Amino acid sequence: MEASRALEMTPTPAGEPVPVWTLPDRGKVGMVSFIIAESAIFTIFVVAYLFYLGKSLTGPTPGDVLEAPIFYTICLLSSSVTIHLAGKRLERDQRATFLALWLLTIVLGGLFMYGTAQEWRRLIYEHGLTISTNLFGTTYYSLVGLHAFHVTVGLLMLAIVLVAGLAGRVSAAHSARVDVLSLYWHFVDTVWVVVFTVVYVIGR
Amino acid sequence: MASNVMAVDRMRIQEPTWGETLHEWVTTVDHKRIGILYIALALFFLVVGGVEALIIRIQLMSAHNDFVSPQVFNRMFTMHGTTMIFFVAMPILFGFGNYLVPLMIGARDMAFPRLNAFSFWLAAISGLVLYFSFLGGSGLYAAGTAPDVGWWAYAPLTARAFSPGSSADYWTIAVLVSGFGSIGTAINLIATILSMRCQGMTLGRMPLLAWLYLTMAAMVLIAVTPLSAAQIMLLIDRYLGGHFFDTQAGGSATLWMHFFWIFGHPEVYILVIPCFAFMSEIIPVFSRKPIFGYPVMVAATVCIAFVSMSVWAHHMFTIGMSSYANSFFTITTMAVGVPTGIKIFNWLGTMWGGRIQFKTPMLFAVAFLFQFLIAGLTGIMMAASPFDWQLSLSYFVVAHFHYVIVGGILFAIFAAFYYWYPKATGRMLSERLGKIHFWLFVIGFHLTFDLMHVPGLLGMPRRIYTYEPGRGWETLNLLVSVGAVIQAVAVLVFVLNLILSYWKGARAGKDPWDAWTLEWSISSPPPAYNFAAVPAVASRRPLWDLKHPEDPDSRYE
Repeated sequence: MEASRALEMTPTPAGEPVPVWTLPDRGKVGMVSFIIAESAIFTIFVVAYLFYLGKSLTGPTPGDVLEAPIFYTICLLSSSVTIHLAGKRLERDQRATFLALWLLTIVLGGLFMYGTAQEWRRLIYEHGLTISTNLFGTTYYSLVGLHAFHVTVGLLMLAIVLVAGLAGRVSAAHSARVDVLSLYWHFVDTVWVVVFTVVYVIGR
Repeated sequence: MASNVMAVDRMRIQEPTWGETLHEWVTTVDHKRIGILYIALALFFLVVGGVEALIIRIQLMSAHNDFVSPQVFNRMFTMHGTTMIFFVAMPILFGFGNYLVPLMIGARDMAFPRLNAFSFWLAAISGLVLYFSFLGGSGLYAAGTAPDVGWWAYAPLTARAFSPGSSADYWTIAVLVSGFGSIGTAINLIATILSMRCQGMTLGRMPLLAWLYLTMAAMVLIAVTPLSAAQIMLLIDRYLGGHFFDTQAGGSATLWMHFFWIFGHPEVYILVIPCFAFMSEIIPVFSRKPIFGYPVMVAATVCIAFVSMSVWAHHMFTIGMSSYANSFFTITTMAVGVPTGIKIFNWLGTMWGGRIQFKTPMLFAVAFLFQFLIAGLTGIMMAASPFDWQLSLSYFVVAHFHYVIVGGILFAIFAAFYYWYPKATGRMLSERLGKIHFWLFVIGFHLTFDLMHVPGLLGMPRRIYTYEPGRGWETLNLLVSVGAVIQAVAVLVFVLNLILSYWKGARAGKDPWDAWTLEWSISSPPPAYNFAAVPAVASRRPLWDLKHPEDPDSRYE
């Protein structure tokens, strides 16, 4: 049985045109799968946060110490817009505008991290809230910290693209890969919407 | 002649040295080699976990036995459970998936070969970390060695106060890291199956194995991650002074149970769905008929995946949930039986009227059908929460889930070994040793796990290191232990078969079983590049179409 040889010649039924065979981009499929997995991890941390609301045996409570970081939230959410626009520019190979928008994305993400750092400094030094103070501290720093960790990883990856771009190594040919990274950044921003709602709206 | 494959092999001028071979295997990103590495890792841990099981059975062989101390006994059942789930079942199924999925969908490799190698080495290293606990577990406190908290590691037993030293940390980190490896491989499987199929292989023409691995990988994404999250929380508790599971500070031990079983129950289906995949490939070939009800098989699998996500708290009936929760989880658990029943019905429908060949893979497949059915029936019994209140944490439960894992999953894995070993090595496994392996294992299995239900019904709790004489448990426990030894002998026969057949087995050729899926269209073992030319398919059984051009499947599908 000359299976492999014959297989190469497996005919499409006579008379029919050979159909175009297209499959989804593996990078996108991989990133979407990764995002699904990450979402499950965040879900568990959100459930823990909600489950332990009001169960701390000692203070401080969320109502006492938390202030909604509106400005830094706007920064992070706008960075989703800038990264999207940057991707569009790269598709058309407008590299300078791409790099400018990309840099703006990093600056906005960096501002958000600065906001988180300021908030944590205030909570620790002014209100004495650490991860081991009470259940609120444990769940708050874990959930917000897990998100901040993801922003940090995102910023590092954005920075790698920026460095490659400044070296002239990023062109329209890399558009699909840059889009995969954008997916991750959009995910990080979307998670913040959930975390913000849970921690600063419902949680107070 | 399609001799271009051979020609490439002969071009190698000299054989690689031992060191070069080792270097090739350690640095490989080839899905076939990684698959074999996964399987080798799992077989090693199968023997290790098996030895731990034997130690447990020797200790319980008679009343008031003192073969091991209570402390060692606790470590043995913890390590046995953790090893068998995370370092035997998971890697062996990922190994088969790695090896088979690209071959069956006509792909050159997995979607992300380097991620694939990374995931394997995470699995290997986490296994090493778990077993290093025997040396490093006592930490600075000189207390404890290997983890002894049970494979669910219920809170607050894992808190610093109750698990001093580092033993619980070795458990946590090993399970966390192996989870990351599993997630990596799951992402890889999904991207491979969705994005790497050869020309003409639409979703509806994929071999059922690819469909089932796709479902399993999707479940890994959603079910293994909660365990990772819970392990991170446990590490925060142990190292940063957090209070997630600290009942003294308002934390909840029940929350850990929920998080663990949100992983723990889907995990059973993550393990068994690939076994369904093996059945769906093996039973048609040895019945000489196409699979009965392909679309229904796919639908039933996806249905199992969905329903099994909402059954976890049936592991927790005895902790005192509300009657609504009890009813909900009773109903959902029983509901899983419906799609599973459909699958068993369809396998029987495939065999019905076929010319069945009882080669060794088929023997294991038939035993799987019987035993998995019985395991499912005791599962339905315990899904009824009042019944569970009586028997939870008894040997009845232990017998039930070993019936699933050994009688179902392990039998299916053995079937897969006998079926695909010729493809991976180019040699047939010995039928004679295979039949000895099969019958010894069937006898040992039934002696152990049929009888194990009875001490459970008589009230013997699980995880006790010894028991009083005169309760009517002694003879049963002795027989259970004898069965365990018979199974161990059967596994030795199997290992012997694997080793001897590698050199002495009959040449397999491309297609020893006259099968229908793409992996049998290329030489055994397959060349590194898999397919010399990218295949194109027009039906679910491309090799049938080739062998029977006058009556191809594509005419009917």
